[in-house]
Amino acid sequence: MNTVLSSPHAIGARSVGNVMGLVLIALVPATLAGFWRFGWPSVYLWLVTILACVATEVLCVRLRGLSAGKAVFDGSAVLTGWLLAMSLPPWAPWWIGVVGGVFAVAITKHLFGGLGQNLFNPAMAARVMLLISFPVEMTQWLLPTPDALPGALDALAITFGAGAPDAMSSASLLGHIKAEATKGVLLDQSLPGHYSATAFGMGERQGSLGETSALLLLAGGIFLVIKGVIGLRIPLAFLAGVVVPAAIASAVAPDHYLGPVAHLLSGGVMLAAFFIATDYVTSASTPLGQWIFGLGCGLLTWIIRTWGAYPEGIAFAIMLMNATAPLIDQYTRPRIFGRKRDGRSLNPAETVKARAR
Amino acid sequence: MGSPDQIPLSAASRLGRLLRRWGVHPDGRKHPAAGTEIAVLPLPPRLTLPLMQHIGAPARPIVAAGDRVLRGQMIAEAAGPISAPIHAPTSGTIAGIAEVPVPHPSGLTGPAILLDVDGKDEALETEGADPWTLEPAEIARRVSAAGIVGMGGATFPSAVKLALGQKKPIPTLILNGGECEPYLSCDDRLMRERAAEVIDGARIILRAIGGERVLIGVENNKPEAIDALAAAAASHAEVQVVAVPSRYPMGSEKQLINWLTGQEVPADGRAADIGVVVHNVGTAAAIHRALRFGEPLTRRIVTVSGGAIRTPRNLEVRIGTPLSALVDFCGGTTGEVARWVMGGPMMGLSVSNLAVPIIKGSGGLLALREEETADGADAGPCIRCASCVGACPIGLMPLDMAALIRSGDLKASVDIGLKDCIACGTCSYVCPSHIPLVHYFNYAKGELASQDKGKLRQDAIKQLAEERSARMEREAREKAEAAAARKAERERAKAEAAAKAAAKKAAQEAAKQEESTT
Ligand code: SF4
Ligand code: SF4
Repeated sequence: MNTVLSSPHAIGARSVGNVMGLVLIALVPATLAGFWRFGWPSVYLWLVTILACVATEVLCVRLRGLSAGKAVFDGSAVLTGWLLAMSLPPWAPWWIGVVGGVFAVAITKHLFGGLGQNLFNPAMAARVMLLISFPVEMTQWLLPTPDALPGALDALAITFGAGAPDAMSSASLLGHIKAEATKGVLLDQSLPGHYSATAFGMGERQGSLGETSALLLLAGGIFLVIKGVIGLRIPLAFLAGVVVPAAIASAVAPDHYLGPVAHLLSGGVMLAAFFIATDYVTSASTPLGQWIFGLGCGLLTWIIRTWGAYPEGIAFAIMLMNATAPLIDQYTRPRIFGRKRDGRSLNPAETVKARAR
Repeated sequence: MGSPDQIPLSAASRLGRLLRRWGVHPDGRKHPAAGTEIAVLPLPPRLTLPLMQHIGAPARPIVAAGDRVLRGQMIAEAAGPISAPIHAPTSGTIAGIAEVPVPHPSGLTGPAILLDVDGKDEALETEGADPWTLEPAEIARRVSAAGIVGMGGATFPSAVKLALGQKKPIPTLILNGGECEPYLSCDDRLMRERAAEVIDGARIILRAIGGERVLIGVENNKPEAIDALAAAAASHAEVQVVAVPSRYPMGSEKQLINWLTGQEVPADGRAADIGVVVHNVGTAAAIHRALRFGEPLTRRIVTVSGGAIRTPRNLEVRIGTPLSALVDFCGGTTGEVARWVMGGPMMGLSVSNLAVPIIKGSGGLLALREEETADGADAGPCIRCASCVGACPIGLMPLDMAALIRSGDLKASVDIGLKDCIACGTCSYVCPSHIPLVHYFNYAKGELASQDKGKLRQDAIKQLAEERSARMEREAREKAEAAAARKAERERAKAEAAAKAAAKKAAQEAAKQEESTT
């Protein structure tokens, strides 16, 4: 009691572990839906990826001479693994999860200085790395077949053995229309039979383990907004960045450009808008900056999807915006109370004049 | 009366309110203290009256050991234009002037007058006046003589703010009844129980500053206080009671002005520049007593609370009473005190010694249990969650400022606004990583202040050295001039002597010639 302790003498109830916990809870419904659709292989992949992340975290923390307990219990490694698993093809082999997890935690997080220091979102960086290194394994999409899933034992063979049988995999919607478009097939022919808004909203489509249930992800996102864990700026701006150009383009040339609803419900838009672009560490932190950041993510996603070489552009879009976030922050600092935007003090004469008006 | 909608605000400031939701909603914990009437604390055997209870120069003692003093008698006078006198809170004998522990962030000691209480509580004959017959300057003079300082904790001598109105009338007086700090309810109780005193004090201040209207901002978690004030102000059209949202730090001067008037105090200016002056409700009540009854400031209301206090409540306490007397009166502690705090939990001062006295600006004494404090929460790394950015009422980037300070770049942290930080503690409160952000800012501000002081000293030394060399030069020049003058004088004398001799010689020759001719 002899030390002089600094104010404030009270602190809010929120802690880092608490925040991570809420995000994990918000992910549960969409994850369970993924398990139900894609069966045991997806459960194994999810487990393996998270374990890889946690093990790497413990190792890195030990190597850096920090105390391991706290780092693991803050939940950030679990969250990284979980998000990475959500964005992997559900029947991908186990080593995809392991390589991705190790890369996410060791390279993108700890090499940059650990929690709070990383420039890129670990899950997205790992996904991009995997996509470039293992394009075949990373594009094995299968149609969800909850009625004809392999049993727990057969599933072991899929995740830890031979991988997904070729017959079951097919292209995702975005991949399909991109492939067709390169052949000159227009949307009015390539789309029917491959897309229905209701089915996509419910998650009955090909896609990564956790990205397909758009509505459940939306629900989780709203939960986080209500809990005050994330703000509305980044998700809203992200969705607007996809929807607005898609709406304009598809109104102008419906045969060439996918409509806004199809964009929203396909690929990983919902997952990314609410759970990945909102990652504290790698997004912008000023109010205006968050609008710009979200808008940039959405717009780049649409641009890459529409004109890029890859059918899905979210991971690239987010990484590009991650890289610009520090710059965005620097140029969008809030106006300081009693000062003008340029930092000079408000002039009392001017304020009085403004009042008189 | 009492509706915030009566204040016309521009659409821009209404939009601003929506977009910038600064601040936090800490757990109020105002009860049970807020629900219990103010009790008068019995006189302790000895009062300790620090000479430094205000911002400005310390008061100068005008009594000596052994003097008998009466209640209300001045025992230390103001030392300069920004200072405040100190009066004896009761009758007794001066025991001496000594260095004692005082409520100060450094935890250091300071000089104080010690008064042995005789228990008779004899008062000096004093006389009030009708403030409506007094000139504004006379009101300010009397407030100054009564030793009144900002009682919300700022402790700036109130008379200085009243005198501002003599240069140029200040149209708006804002009374701060925000009391946004958790636990504290001394202003709440005052407004409920002595609303008429507060309103009268406000009208006296308004006369002193030549103002037109009084806005009393009270947080909407104090409906009884709002009702009491509104009833007391019913017959005074110039006084308006306004409910403001309960949000910390709504009671910060700049935030309250902004909320009530839509105006912003310029960063390099003060409230008077935009035609506003702010006083605390407690200050208004003290001014009422000083003017009406000639009673100097010798007592105040203090909230004694916190999870470790047995019966939290508000006490009316003589200035100089040791904290231990307040604790004892409230039934002592439950023994689980993790931290003693003077003031509120957000901006208060942690104290380690209960011999420290209550001073003019002390509104609260809290005994916090471990779970009520930030103890035991280790700081983690910043996860850039931006909670601090959204919560800062000033629009700063606490995370960036802290990072710059940590890397030693104080100048860069000033460039992004360190000096605008009001140390309200909101950012530290919301930080999920429990980073002691305010601690960094206070450290950096202190460091910069001492650097400035060091620079001033260096400048002073340089100036002294320059003056010295100028003096030496001047002396040397004067010496040389004097020598030259003396030399000239000598030469002139020589020439004169030569001339004289020549003349003499000539005269002699002439005489000789005359002789020879005759
Ligand atoms: S302490 Fe300073 S930086 Fe923190 S919220 Fe208050 S004004 Fe902003
Ligand atoms: S609240 Fe704390 S963790 Fe969040 S950005 Fe500010 S300093 Fe970093």
